[in-house]
Amino acid sequence: MTMQIADSVSLSASDAEARAKARAHAAAARNNLRTEPRAVRITIITLAVLFLTVFVVLPLVVVFAQAFSRGILAYFAALADPEALSAIRLTLLVAAISVGLNLVFGLVAAWAIAKFEFPGKTFLITLIDLPFSVSPVISGLVFVLLFGAQGYFGGWLRDHDIQILFAVPGIALATTFVTFPFVARALIPLMQEQGTQEEEAAISLGASGLQTFFRVTLPNIKWGVLYGVLLCNARAMGEFGAVSVVSGHIRGETNTMPLLVEILYNEYQFVAAFAIASLLAMLALITLIAKTILERHLDEGHDVNDN
Amino acid sequence: MTIEVKNLVKKFGSFAALDGVDLKVNDGELLALLGPSGSGKTTLLRIIAGLDWPDAGEVSFNGEDALAQGARERHVGFVFQHYALFRHMSVFENVAFGLRVQPRAVRKDEATIRARVKELLDLVQLDWLADRYPSQLSGGQRQRIALARALAIEPRILLLDEPFGALDAKVRKELRKWLRSLHHEIHVTSIFVTHDQEEALEVANRVVVMDKGRIEQIGSPDDVYETPATAFVHGFIGESIELPVQVEGGVIRLGDRPLNLAADGLAPGASKLFVRRHDMLVGPPGSGALEGAVQHVRNFGPVQRAEVALSGGETIEIDAPRDRELRAGDTIGLNPRRYRIFAGA
Amino acid sequence: MGLTLSWLSVIILIPLAGLFLKSLELSPEQFWNILSSRRTLNALRVSFGLAFAAACVNLVMGSIIVWALVRYRFPGRRIFDAIVDVPFALPTAVAGVALSSLFAEKGWLGAPLAALGIKVAFTPVGIFVAMIFIGIPFVVRTVQPVLQDLDPEIEEAAGSLGASRWQTIIRVILPSLAPALLTGLALAFARAVGEYGSIIFIAGNLPNVSEIAPLLIVIRLSEFRYADATAIAVVMLVVSFVIIFAVNRLQRWAQSRIPAR
Repeated sequence: MTMQIADSVSLSASDAEARAKARAHAAAARNNLRTEPRAVRITIITLAVLFLTVFVVLPLVVVFAQAFSRGILAYFAALADPEALSAIRLTLLVAAISVGLNLVFGLVAAWAIAKFEFPGKTFLITLIDLPFSVSPVISGLVFVLLFGAQGYFGGWLRDHDIQILFAVPGIALATTFVTFPFVARALIPLMQEQGTQEEEAAISLGASGLQTFFRVTLPNIKWGVLYGVLLCNARAMGEFGAVSVVSGHIRGETNTMPLLVEILYNEYQFVAAFAIASLLAMLALITLIAKTILERHLDEGHDVNDN
Repeated sequence: MTIEVKNLVKKFGSFAALDGVDLKVNDGELLALLGPSGSGKTTLLRIIAGLDWPDAGEVSFNGEDALAQGARERHVGFVFQHYALFRHMSVFENVAFGLRVQPRAVRKDEATIRARVKELLDLVQLDWLADRYPSQLSGGQRQRIALARALAIEPRILLLDEPFGALDAKVRKELRKWLRSLHHEIHVTSIFVTHDQEEALEVANRVVVMDKGRIEQIGSPDDVYETPATAFVHGFIGESIELPVQVEGGVIRLGDRPLNLAADGLAPGASKLFVRRHDMLVGPPGSGALEGAVQHVRNFGPVQRAEVALSGGETIEIDAPRDRELRAGDTIGLNPRRYRIFAGA
Repeated sequence: MGLTLSWLSVIILIPLAGLFLKSLELSPEQFWNILSSRRTLNALRVSFGLAFAAACVNLVMGSIIVWALVRYRFPGRRIFDAIVDVPFALPTAVAGVALSSLFAEKGWLGAPLAALGIKVAFTPVGIFVAMIFIGIPFVVRTVQPVLQDLDPEIEEAAGSLGASRWQTIIRVILPSLAPALLTGLALAFARAVGEYGSIIFIAGNLPNVSEIAPLLIVIRLSEFRYADATAIAVVMLVVSFVIIFAVNRLQRWAQSRIPAR
């Protein structure tokens, strides 16, 4: 070692040399292959945090700030309004219907896609995704064209005195259509990954089709199902565009919470609008928290399978 | 290029991956770092490459301080265990990468780069794969392309992390021979990490055996096999019989039975007796240092492997030539032709 | 099995078929007249043009966010990670009134911007802002897992071959992320084109200037001009369908060339 050359070299000189060397080593080590200089790191983090704060955090905060801008009493008074209550009831009802329907459709669709090979599968997957990529307004329009007064089934419906458009069935249908992909999308990759071996094993052990489904398939995908239902529900309660087109905006009857937000906002009843909005925002936050927890469960499932 | 490593320490939390390692690698050598997983061999390799930094100690190349340089400046060719080929680039572009990213001032022109890549692909005998993508290659081919890519920068040192670890047995054997002859051809100072003793002994000029962040022995393949320096090396390399013995007053005892073995110069106390399986000679009962009953015999080509229950209660496995067939139930005497005793329980 | 498929078709295909059937009732000439009217063209231009611009912003900012979330440790990282999904989960009407109030002339951000002479709410800039808001999770969530799974060894390999950090990012990391980046861009674009709820509150909805195509559909519907609404919807639908199909193909292509290790 260079430090032990001779006694004549003064201690301080060799000390300085050792320190210079340590500095050089540290500098080289910092120049790590998988990271960037400190200044770059700080810039990137700042940009990311700033962007998310402006575009995501602030809109969220503003909802609550506006809702409580006249105090807690005004807030609860707004929520206790009969119109608000009826909107909340309708939203819950519609969400329950569309989540229930999509649970069944989603399970069946995912099962068909994951466990069988058939021509046109890619097309089918594209089809399932479609409601995601179609403008919600178009989804609503489609139902107007089908069930509206001049629509394909409009005449028949009128003759039989069935009201779909501008009534609860129309709202539920449009919502179901828009939220269709959630359950299926959550389940397809999960079921594909799990393959058919466990089901085949169950059947070879003498289980019936239904027993296999309830005892083998379903427990394997339960977190996925929950995940899909969660997202489906959040979207169902918050859907605006499609519902707006089919609802007819009849106050106290066909107004869901998001529609009521719009009406109140346009009437400059800001506290009331943001009070309803705050409920929906809380729903979104709770959904996100639950989603994070569920994702952890789903990841654990993956790890077990990988090892 | 010589490499010198002095008193290297690297800790991950409270776990010491390297615990004071000293090593000198000679110019043009092909050195194997051999050890079980967690022995620190890959950490040592990565520190030499500049992919990791030690907590203490020194690394120098030809006497110059290597730790003051980053991996980019060290000119070290590194072949990763999982090849780390760039999946979006063709084989040709993978090999050319190191030449294309050189600073403009020293970068070669396109024709020179093409010629050099062609040369390297010829060297690894895969010129016909130039336009393929890594996903279209077999494991062995990927390994060779990774090697060609590392050689493109004319590295001062070539480092290989478990180069054959992810390959199946047959390909592995072929590549071993190939690597040795390649090294003979290019003569770059090379270090490879392996946990496979056969690989280390067959390919390397010198073998470094590591355990728990320390070097147990450095020597030629013959040295580490024939004269293991520590109990760990004896147990790790080759197939050994290991018996707990007691050294007392020049006598070696197994349990309460004295063994008729020389104990000159051995420290008294609990020790371990190591014998290679094939160094345990079989004789008639009463003829040897040990005695036991054959439990079970299997034949492996030229040898028969017998499970023998010693009179002291231990069960050992021996490899005996097939000139005298053993049968289950036989009582035999056993005499170690060569053995080593290491102090410590 | 067959039952499943026909069911699916009933739920999704029949409504869409209804849309196309309706559009077939129009003669090509009528169809063309509707689409080439100044107001329709402007609405489509506003929707597609701003959506593309917003998707590009999302591509850049999304990459930066992904990089920060995956590669760096900073206080609040997990919270910011979770927050990325807010535009997904927040009902669009809520996002709409929130953005509008935030960027209104007296709003928290609108006031300082107005002082700088920048008007956001009730201008096309407002639409642009809302589209950025709605699109950001698409880029982040498609790119994030790919960057997370990127083999650290390929960066070390590039470095040990002498590549600078910048060269490693441009030549090795970005090409590996390219399929995911393109997918994220396409998804953010598709979402922004069709977005309605979060835009209409902040847009101002001035015909020919800040009127988006989905809003024009709603307006035509309320005027009972179903043919006009249908024609615009068909154009938008075809575009979304092409985008989604392209994305699926892109992902399959990426998987075939760059299979998981």
